[in-house]
Amino acid sequence: MSLAAQVVLQRGSLSLDVEIEVADGEVLAVLGPNGAGKSSLLRVLAGLLPPDGASVVREGATIWDGDGTHVAAHRRALGMVFQDHLLFPHLSVTENVAFGLRTRGVGKAEARSTAQGWLARVGLEGLGGRRPAQLSGGQAQRAALARALVGDPRVLLLDEPLSALDARTRLTVRAELRRHLAEFAGSTVLVTHDPVDAMALADRVVVVEDGRVVQAGTPAEVNRRPRTDYVARLVGLSLLPGTGTAAGRSVRLDSGGEVAVAEEASGPVFAAVRPESVALYLARPEGSPRNVWPATLVGATPHGATVRCELSGEVPLVADVTATAFAELGLVPGSPVWATVKASEVAVYAR
Amino acid sequence: MTRARGGTGIPAPLLVPAAAGIAFLVLPVVGLLVRTPWSDLGPKLTAPGVGDALRLSLLSATLATLLSLLMGVPLAWVLARSRIRGRSILRALVTVPLVLPPVVGGVALFLVLGRQGLIGRWLFEQFDVTIPFTTTAVVIAETFVAMPFLVISVEGALRAADARFEDVAATLGAGRWTTFRRVTLPLVSPGIAAGAVLCWARALGEFGATITFAGNFPGTTQTMPLAVYLALQEDTEAAIVLSMVLLAVSLATLLLLRDRWLGRATVPVA
Repeated sequence: MSLAAQVVLQRGSLSLDVEIEVADGEVLAVLGPNGAGKSSLLRVLAGLLPPDGASVVREGATIWDGDGTHVAAHRRALGMVFQDHLLFPHLSVTENVAFGLRTRGVGKAEARSTAQGWLARVGLEGLGGRRPAQLSGGQAQRAALARALVGDPRVLLLDEPLSALDARTRLTVRAELRRHLAEFAGSTVLVTHDPVDAMALADRVVVVEDGRVVQAGTPAEVNRRPRTDYVARLVGLSLLPGTGTAAGRSVRLDSGGEVAVAEEASGPVFAAVRPESVALYLARPEGSPRNVWPATLVGATPHGATVRCELSGEVPLVADVTATAFAELGLVPGSPVWATVKASEVAVYAR
Repeated sequence: MTRARGGTGIPAPLLVPAAAGIAFLVLPVVGLLVRTPWSDLGPKLTAPGVGDALRLSLLSATLATLLSLLMGVPLAWVLARSRIRGRSILRALVTVPLVLPPVVGGVALFLVLGRQGLIGRWLFEQFDVTIPFTTTAVVIAETFVAMPFLVISVEGALRAADARFEDVAATLGAGRWTTFRRVTLPLVSPGIAAGAVLCWARALGEFGATITFAGNFPGTTQTMPLAVYLALQEDTEAAIVLSMVLLAVSLATLLLLRDRWLGRATVPVA
């Protein structure tokens, strides 16, 4: 029991070529911007979208797609949760959850009692008689999860399962989902554009952009060492591609400019700077920092107690300053500033 | 912005023709009501032939609707969901009876199912079955004219329904037929009901194709519209009474539809 897939798909402007492997009990997050092909990938895994010839989807020893085989969606042992719960509006919540059992030949009474057991597991005890329209967003998504898991699937596919929920509900449902995924013995593929979902729920992350895998690793790795601008932006880092200088301890950026670093760096590398380690001044600061760059403030958005400042210049950066400091500096878009970063605060890793 | 007619917000160039339109549609019905011999209603309604015509009309329209449901719902599914080639041609063919003059439809049916017709001759020779000028012919003529209303209505409902529910059903182990029965059909049932009512009303009022293909025999093929037309030649009052009956049935249909539409609009959105 494990899922391995090499999916090739050409659909309109989308050209998808992605390889993934998910072990039993593992949760793989597919992270990427809208239109990257994540949902198409999931639809191919589910059997809802026929892939191109070169594709192979394998569940354990069973081939779902490939070698001229195409197992229809309803014959694959899988469960799927969609962005907006998609509970059948004409059935009660219990009937929704029991649906997958009934189609697989389980008797009515047994299907009902199993469904009710699952409703209790997801915290919806006593709500089984309701219509889906009478549930809140969070309750509906819990019911959808129960419906997907009730048939004891070997593969669980989650398509943006939390993105239709409001912020507070998302938090609680995410925590519950994490618990259910930990108990789930099969392979899980979670598609999301929210890095928090990926970090909180997944054992491994693959980042898909324009139909290709651009980065793969544990959530911590992806978080700490993003390899593309998209991921860096998601995790709130400024990503500066450059080349380690011969002398070491310094990176010449592709965009021009130079960044002093604390470690030896050679060859093509990324320098990553966290917004909170960037300090802003109106005048060139005196003293020791080795990284001092002139920059222009191009945008500022409040972010809790801090203000996130976007800077353009030789070294494009994002800086978090406290709201007080922001007011004291009297910054407005277009203001010229000096940005400093300690060399020890710059992460360097090979490209 | 200038507003005509103190506050209605309807510009005069639209208001006048719209009012004329309403009058044009309503006045004939009012005329019918005014001329109805209310005191004579009982005897006229129980006159010989009236009951037969009404019974035949209700029966044949109902059978035509059932036949349309049986063939029309699957046809609508094929038009809305399948990926077969030539679907647009198929859709055009389905709508032909909508624009075809019913009399022409009757002639066409006669040419195919009449004793000398393509299929009719075979039916007659093999099974000694004759279709024209029978109650069967009435049902066939009504089905031919009315089924497109059902197909168009159901196809629209299918297109409006979220096809992703069918994907969900597939991931839950439901094959195509199970999905159709357990998910698609219940989801579009309001559309099917509306289409069936429209279809039934159209079948009830069918005249041209019926008289051409089935003739006008009291008791077997003389439906209400035919009886009305015939009565008008001899006894105007009888024609008016028969018309009133048809009008009542049509109004009841309209109310049924309105209820359904209102019912759908008031579904609680939690």
